[in-house]
Amino acid sequence: MHIVACIKQVPDPSQARIDRETGLVIREGVDKIINPYDLHALEEALRIKETKGGKVTVLSMGPASAEQVLRDAIAMGADQVILLSDRQFAGADTLATSYTLARAVARLEDVNLVICGKQAVDGDTAQVGPGMAAKLDIPHITQVRKLRELTEDKLVAEKLTDRGYEVVEVPLPAVITVVKELNEPRIPGLRGMMRAKKAEIPVWGPEDIEAEADRIGLKGSPTQVWRTFEPERHRKGEMLEGTPSEQAAALWQRLRSL
Amino acid sequence: MEIRLLADKCTICGACEAACPYDAVAMGADGPELSEECTVCGACVEACPTEAIYIAGEKASPQPEPRDAAGDVWVFAEQREGQLLDVVLELLGEGRRLASELGVSLACLLLGDSVDHLPQELIEFGADLVYVGSAPELKHYRDDLYAQVMEHAVRQHRPAILLIGGTANGRSLAPRVAARLETGLTADCTGFALDEDGNLLQTRPAFGGNLMATIRCPHHRPQMATVRPKVFPKPARQPGREGQVIALELPELVPWQRILEVVEEADTGPNLAEADIVVAGGRGLGSPENFRLVEELASVLGAAVGASRSVVDAGWVSYPHQVGQTGRTVAPKIYIACGISGAIQHIVGMQSSDVIVAINSDPDAPIFSIATYGIVGKAEEVIPALIREIKGSSSQ
Amino acid sequence: MDYFLTEEQQMIKDLAARIADERVKPVAAELDEKEEFPWELMKVLGEADLFAVWVPEEYGGLGGGVLEQALVVEELSRACSGVAVSYAASALGSFPIILFGTEEQKQRYLPDIASGKRLAAFALTEANAGSDVSGIATTATLDGDEYVLNGTKQWITNGGEADIYTVIAVTDKTKGPRGYSAFIVEKGTPGLSFGKKEKKLGIRASATREVIFENCRIPKENLLGREGQGFVITMKTFDRTRPGVGAQAVGIAQGALDEAVKYARERVQFGQPISSFQGIQFMLADMATQVEAARALVYSVARWIDSGAKDVSQAAAMAKLFASDVCMKVTVDAVQILGGYGYMREYPVEKMMRDAKITQIYEGTNQIQRSIIALDLIKKAARKNK
Repeated sequence: MHIVACIKQVPDPSQARIDRETGLVIREGVDKIINPYDLHALEEALRIKETKGGKVTVLSMGPASAEQVLRDAIAMGADQVILLSDRQFAGADTLATSYTLARAVARLEDVNLVICGKQAVDGDTAQVGPGMAAKLDIPHITQVRKLRELTEDKLVAEKLTDRGYEVVEVPLPAVITVVKELNEPRIPGLRGMMRAKKAEIPVWGPEDIEAEADRIGLKGSPTQVWRTFEPERHRKGEMLEGTPSEQAAALWQRLRSL
Repeated sequence: MEIRLLADKCTICGACEAACPYDAVAMGADGPELSEECTVCGACVEACPTEAIYIAGEKASPQPEPRDAAGDVWVFAEQREGQLLDVVLELLGEGRRLASELGVSLACLLLGDSVDHLPQELIEFGADLVYVGSAPELKHYRDDLYAQVMEHAVRQHRPAILLIGGTANGRSLAPRVAARLETGLTADCTGFALDEDGNLLQTRPAFGGNLMATIRCPHHRPQMATVRPKVFPKPARQPGREGQVIALELPELVPWQRILEVVEEADTGPNLAEADIVVAGGRGLGSPENFRLVEELASVLGAAVGASRSVVDAGWVSYPHQVGQTGRTVAPKIYIACGISGAIQHIVGMQSSDVIVAINSDPDAPIFSIATYGIVGKAEEVIPALIREIKGSSSQ
Repeated sequence: MDYFLTEEQQMIKDLAARIADERVKPVAAELDEKEEFPWELMKVLGEADLFAVWVPEEYGGLGGGVLEQALVVEELSRACSGVAVSYAASALGSFPIILFGTEEQKQRYLPDIASGKRLAAFALTEANAGSDVSGIATTATLDGDEYVLNGTKQWITNGGEADIYTVIAVTDKTKGPRGYSAFIVEKGTPGLSFGKKEKKLGIRASATREVIFENCRIPKENLLGREGQGFVITMKTFDRTRPGVGAQAVGIAQGALDEAVKYARERVQFGQPISSFQGIQFMLADMATQVEAARALVYSVARWIDSGAKDVSQAAAMAKLFASDVCMKVTVDAVQILGGYGYMREYPVEKMMRDAKITQIYEGTNQIQRSIIALDLIKKAARKNK
């Protein structure tokens, strides 16, 4: 089995602090970590390898500093890691990211399964997994909470739905995105960490994945951030007066606009 | 398109560095230097007090899709067991507004089997056209066939805008179709507007809801967006409203997945730790019966139920619901504390919530000091009023 | 403060801290309440290679020493010293093998200890042999190719949970402590059994039991060192593990200090956080200073021992004595700062105060430590003035 896990480096959400004056996120001094959902993707990939044999390749697209999350992946037990990093990849939206990752997967040999976290906590879009699958023209299953049966060419998985779950069978290769209840990610051991420290992290650019220049990065991104702004903030402690009905109406008016 | 600097105007004040939401600006000796994390969002341009920063050049579009000037606004009409989801009706209200402003039609894409009763409902909620793709294989949602039909229909009829409910299914379907169509998709939008060229301005929270971003997709069609349930109000139904129902020409359906089992779990509500909204109750509710009001409010909001330690100890609700020092720590978007005084050990478990609502009869309760919105009143009166308000707004 | 740890030592400390925060802290109160041995956490520590830090590389370890082990114990103790002592007891049980074992004994036992597959324990104390080790009554008699052990060891940490026991027993009654010898006994040996689990004031996650020998026959190859070396083996082992008890004390104290600072900032009385009151500030300042001083002493002594120094008993005793007294004082003060909340089981400081007490008692009471320190002082002065 050749399992590919895709991971993203994100600012540690547990360290996120808001500047009380400006309402903006304070980014200084915030550690960058593996996107929490992606840890479960990586853990599942490692478990599959441990029970069925094979190898785990980990992909990450990001700036040069994203190398660190790939070292963390090696410490946990990844066999091979690749950093997709190049100025031309920068500014990618979910479409360009899906394309870039899909190109990288296509360059790897005999991939059976690609596992991504359900979404990244910095963007929360949940679009790259299905987008990659579309680019690779292979099936996908989102929000997987359990793998029931896995062979070289078939996967049966439990997928969370809005009202419960479905048991879905797809032929492999396929892309799945996973939720946290799937497993508990391991803490890496000292030996793994030492191995990770010394490891060379290969970096791939557009040529390495034979990407078309106008389909990556900012150029390949149909969506543009037109502007960013602070949401209207109500100062702390706005008291809502009136009869219970009036209070309830005032509250709902504020909450529904969030 | 790139950020450029007028060096003689720059005072190296650092406003751009502070304003950059992507951490891409570093202040050098001669002014700001941009790293590859820059997305040309323009935050620095707006922040610059001396107008030393500007955006140069137009975005190079690889292959501008031929614009379909009269492209319609579409809403994906997701149905479950022959029933339309509320989010579809909510999107029809918003879609109606956009279509009218653009002077185009509002259309629905309805897929299913024997769903002949639904087009009229969609029309009465604002649709002008309903494209119906009907086949036994389309009875239930499935990623493979729905994606194939949606892609086919879009290629054939070329809408300008395609709105999809941000349900589990919608969030699986939309990115697959967008990638197939090579177009832009914005997830979880909370507001829409149009610019002077008729481009859809899609607003969504960025960075955990502390900053809003407005996204455009000017050179690709359709402009796709997902919207979570309950973001927009449900429009009023107009009985007898007329529209057109068009049978969709289906592509060859190529299944690649099998759904072996569909399990609906007893509704235990969302997981406390992961819920976007938490409604929590405390001793101030007075009785276990009043705690049921908290549960009812939670179910109306699609929220998880939380509790203070004292009511868990009193047996009104089980331990997994406990929030605080010895229970769970939560940080939802909205935390509604009902009859919770705000003992420190409770507060440490929920103080990172984005918005905190406090409902308590004691005006001096410490919970008010951390509340975004405070209501002094009896929870057993305010909660039912709030439930009525919410139900009223989604059915008017 | 920067203690100039090597990159590897920092890695060990960070990893132990991560496990303490992510895995130990969330279950510490429950483990204490249920008095449950933390097998799952032992597995996590094993997978993280933390049992390997004090074991030489030739035997599957990472080649560290007393300092590396102390760093792990300190971090774990911050979260739960019951878990930390279960870990540390494996070091206590394995140091005799590392120091005095034959090549064969090392090959046989150390790799499994380093991987965390098997826990070790050290069995010395008896009902009538606490501070006074001359009261040991457990005997080992050579019978052909086997030693036959008889007697009962008391309050053995990891007793019943560990697979490998180093046991001190009398081989020659006429020689007093010079007639003691050390043996390796494996769980499962006929004649080896365990008493009931003791109910303790603190470190309740750890298992403390009687270890009972009734005509327990072990191969004579399981003798550690030579006959009569038991007392020396014990002292040399304690020289290496007393800084570990010091580290445990530093960890508990640090945990209590962290809780006290956090609470003082959150707790509002008289309209302001209590951290703004000078009375509280002075307490916190004293606590922090004492913890730092204890840590500095523990690390220095640990490093010194790892450098191969001889005659380290006095320093090891000082580290254990000072840190454990600091720990007791700081945890009592932390409970005081948390006031009524501090007295409740809902907050972790009362557990820390209960856990602190044992550090003044085991591996030699602090009175015994003072005796060791004073005797060493007097002996050295006497030598000089000769």
